[in-house]
Amino acid sequence: MNRIAAGGTSQAHHRAIQRAGRDDRDPAPSRTLAHRTGSTREGPHSDWHSSARTTNPKQLGPRGNGVKTMRRVAITGLGTVAPGGNGVKEYWELLTSGRSATRTISFFDPSPFRSRVAAECDFDPVSAGLTPQEIRRLDRAAQFAVVSAREALADSGLDVSRLDPGRTGTSIGSAVGCTTSLEREYVVVSDGGRKWNVDHEYAVPELYRHFVPNTMAAEVAWVVGAEGPAAVVSTGCTSGLDAVGHAVELIREGSVDVMVAGATEAPISPITSACFDAIHATTPHNDEPDRACRPFDRTRGGLVLGEGAAVMILEEWESARARGAHIYAEIAGFAARCNAYHMTGLKPDGREMAEAIDAALQEARLAPDSIGYINAHGSGTKMNDRHETGAFKRSLGDHAYNVPISSIKSMIGHSLGAIGSLEIVACAMAIEHGVLPPTANLHEPDPELDLDYIPLTARRQRADVVLTVGSGFGGFQSAMLLTAPDVRS
Amino acid sequence: MSTGSTVTLADLTRMLRESAGEEEGVDLDGDVLDVSFDDLGYDSLAMLQVVGQIQREYGVRLPDETIADAETPRALLTLINTTGEISQAG
Amino acid sequence: MTAAVVTGLGVAAPNGLGTEAFWKATLAGRSGLAALTRFDPAQYPSVLAGEIKGFTAEDHIPSRLMPQTDHMTRLALAATDWAIGDAGADLRQLPEYGMGVVTAASGGAVEFGQRELENLWSKGKEYVSAYQSFAWFYAVNTGQISIRHKMRGPSGVLLTEQAGGIDAIGHARRHVRKGTPLVVSGGVDAALCPWGWVPQIASGRMSTVADPDRAYLPFSADACGYVVGEGGAVVILEDAASARERGAPRVYGEVAGYAATMDPAPGTGRPAGLRRAAENAIADAGLTPGDIDVVFADAAGVPELDRTEAAAITGLFGRHGVPVTAPKTMTGRLLAGGAALDVATALLSLRDGVIPPTVNVRAPAPEHGLDLVTGGPRDTDLRSALVLARGYGGFNAALVLRRTDG
Repeated sequence: MNRIAAGGTSQAHHRAIQRAGRDDRDPAPSRTLAHRTGSTREGPHSDWHSSARTTNPKQLGPRGNGVKTMRRVAITGLGTVAPGGNGVKEYWELLTSGRSATRTISFFDPSPFRSRVAAECDFDPVSAGLTPQEIRRLDRAAQFAVVSAREALADSGLDVSRLDPGRTGTSIGSAVGCTTSLEREYVVVSDGGRKWNVDHEYAVPELYRHFVPNTMAAEVAWVVGAEGPAAVVSTGCTSGLDAVGHAVELIREGSVDVMVAGATEAPISPITSACFDAIHATTPHNDEPDRACRPFDRTRGGLVLGEGAAVMILEEWESARARGAHIYAEIAGFAARCNAYHMTGLKPDGREMAEAIDAALQEARLAPDSIGYINAHGSGTKMNDRHETGAFKRSLGDHAYNVPISSIKSMIGHSLGAIGSLEIVACAMAIEHGVLPPTANLHEPDPELDLDYIPLTARRQRADVVLTVGSGFGGFQSAMLLTAPDVRS
Repeated sequence: MSTGSTVTLADLTRMLRESAGEEEGVDLDGDVLDVSFDDLGYDSLAMLQVVGQIQREYGVRLPDETIADAETPRALLTLINTTGEISQAG
Repeated sequence: MTAAVVTGLGVAAPNGLGTEAFWKATLAGRSGLAALTRFDPAQYPSVLAGEIKGFTAEDHIPSRLMPQTDHMTRLALAATDWAIGDAGADLRQLPEYGMGVVTAASGGAVEFGQRELENLWSKGKEYVSAYQSFAWFYAVNTGQISIRHKMRGPSGVLLTEQAGGIDAIGHARRHVRKGTPLVVSGGVDAALCPWGWVPQIASGRMSTVADPDRAYLPFSADACGYVVGEGGAVVILEDAASARERGAPRVYGEVAGYAATMDPAPGTGRPAGLRRAAENAIADAGLTPGDIDVVFADAAGVPELDRTEAAAITGLFGRHGVPVTAPKTMTGRLLAGGAALDVATALLSLRDGVIPPTVNVRAPAPEHGLDLVTGGPRDTDLRSALVLARGYGGFNAALVLRRTDG
């Protein structure tokens, strides 16, 4: 399929061609390639620009001829812990059912709080297969990550004993790290907030592991025996996109061949509820907990906190193909931008998110009108709904009106740093099954929002190119493009 | 209704400084009663922080939906001193 | 091929605020380690720290930012201002999407977080600050720097504890290579409050010696853990061609090689990853170990970790094969700021042709086989430096810096 030509003669298509043309005159691309030939190379597998890895030039779009191909990235394994069900199968069943897993908070007494609903996971670490020592050592978020990583590894069919440890890396996103364990332990060492000079004699041995959440990436690395680059990526609520984006960059530049990538969060704790209450970010719709999160709906009241994890196995495309791996999708483009505007606020014009989308499209060499589904940030705030609707129109032009859009946060809440990765998994499953998850609770569309937000029920519709976006506190906007495995090969 | 304790402009500017600081080029001690909070350099986050401090210090409860409508110090003081329920001062 | 070069430095360190004050103190062997004053440490087994003295936040930070920032972020914003000033970068002339920010973090802005946890648990949820939703978290420095300087390009935040400063700069180089002309990078950390202290005590790695001259002795036979400090460094990383084009007043050096590795899971019997990180970074720079003129060590000061690092260094360079130093003996380990400060120090070393000393260590334990620079600075011609760092949990990172003149 020629992705650019598929756009026909729409305005968006013309803009894409113009943009690509401009790009050709820009000296940046050739300079970038020059850089790449000298980029990090750590082993014999890293000559990514060898002819063996170039694909058919006709698939390279308008600047195809003579341009060397980038190493490509395949998603070959998925694992999740999510509200409403553990494991990818239950997760996908929930998303396509249109049911919401939001409920009244059960982890602590929510009665003092303005917002008293959340999307909690029914997660039992023992039945999830964690050992007693892992359960003691790991914060809930780290437990989610390890369980998800094991599921993804099994799903990928990778034989760990045949992996090159040094060419396997780890990238895990999290916005607030081990906050649940930290708050729990704070309450003890401070004796309920009474002592500023908190008492070290009550500190558990794991406290430092929770204090520096990069330890979660180590735990995930050990699941597969990865000894390549490892890090926690923490860019607020875009962490889940940025961590996977980081992994994609590492594979592309040739530093690694396999990445265990994803994100985790377990933030449902009094301090999180208190700080979101203080800025009225979370919804006061407490009366019907399963209807609490209402993205794009006129009656929306704010976001609903969630928790969970998603971890993926990412592999260099040709090696994944060579071993006969099942490829869910390709991660074709990624970009992150800062709004440099506000730590929590968003402007309605959506300019920075549009910049991220445009840059991701350029990286993927895809035209805006090739996009067949958008998994929106859709956090359930008016500010976000306007911001991203503005961004979609800026980036996609008239095609924005044709693209089905939905927010799965309506069903699984907003798990902060984890949600971006959970949404990538949802996109991979949408591509795999030709089904687009709906926006639950969208009964009364906001009349100021005029795009196709897939209300209430899933839509059976094939999407070969899928966009997923996110916004995060700190002023971050990110965009990622996934394509069906047969689109570019 | 007010129980005798009134929040003054001086009280409000003190709390603005404590909760949100003072924008460069703005003099909170000047004639600011009818200047919008926006022009004084305060965004919605700053206002939430200031309103939180007012509620704690004066024991008032200000309904969420009324706060956004109070766009100037005069409007906010009127809201506090007429609709807020002041139970204690200081 | 164009290079990623450092054109500006901003340093906030316990033994010197500002690059030149820090460098002068470091060459003089002046330590910033002393008894804690930020809070009363009498009840704790560890009582020393590297505190930054003489930083008056109000002199550097706009009033509007004061209530919403922790000490850590204020230091980071000040260091960024200094780095930008040093680079002579008139940011209004640069495209806003052509500038990014990548910083490292470890435990976040802990003092702010402790105050709000205390407000919540001792007084109630109405007392929690509206700024708590972002002021404590790991991404705060990147976010505030990008907003303050209107930098809208590719950015990031990496967490690998003490290795983070190198990982952030390595990632910033990635952005530069992909076409972002200027990236602010590095790390500044500050966790000197009781809720930042107690977890570190729980790590079992902090020194419990109360004498500042005997507490942190990496590679010594008397090594007994480390002392923690606050601060770090911000670097301005630029595409060499675009730095030249805009007339950057100076180039400290090139970020020539970078690599990161992870240690194997405990109990596997496989070797630690530090040596591999160093090898890969040297190869990435297109160099061989013989080209490296000095190694800035991670220098944990924990006997077992010192042995691992010494074995990595001697394995690559041979016994006594390269000068090794740990100026962090004068600042303490700065967590996310530590490796960034080492990078700044290494660049100053390259500039001036002098290796700053490892203080308080009279001689390294002979078993390590290291040529540790002790006693005083060592004058020598330097072209390339290797900086090593390790983060708690098994993270290793290495950066190769190279002089760009002649």
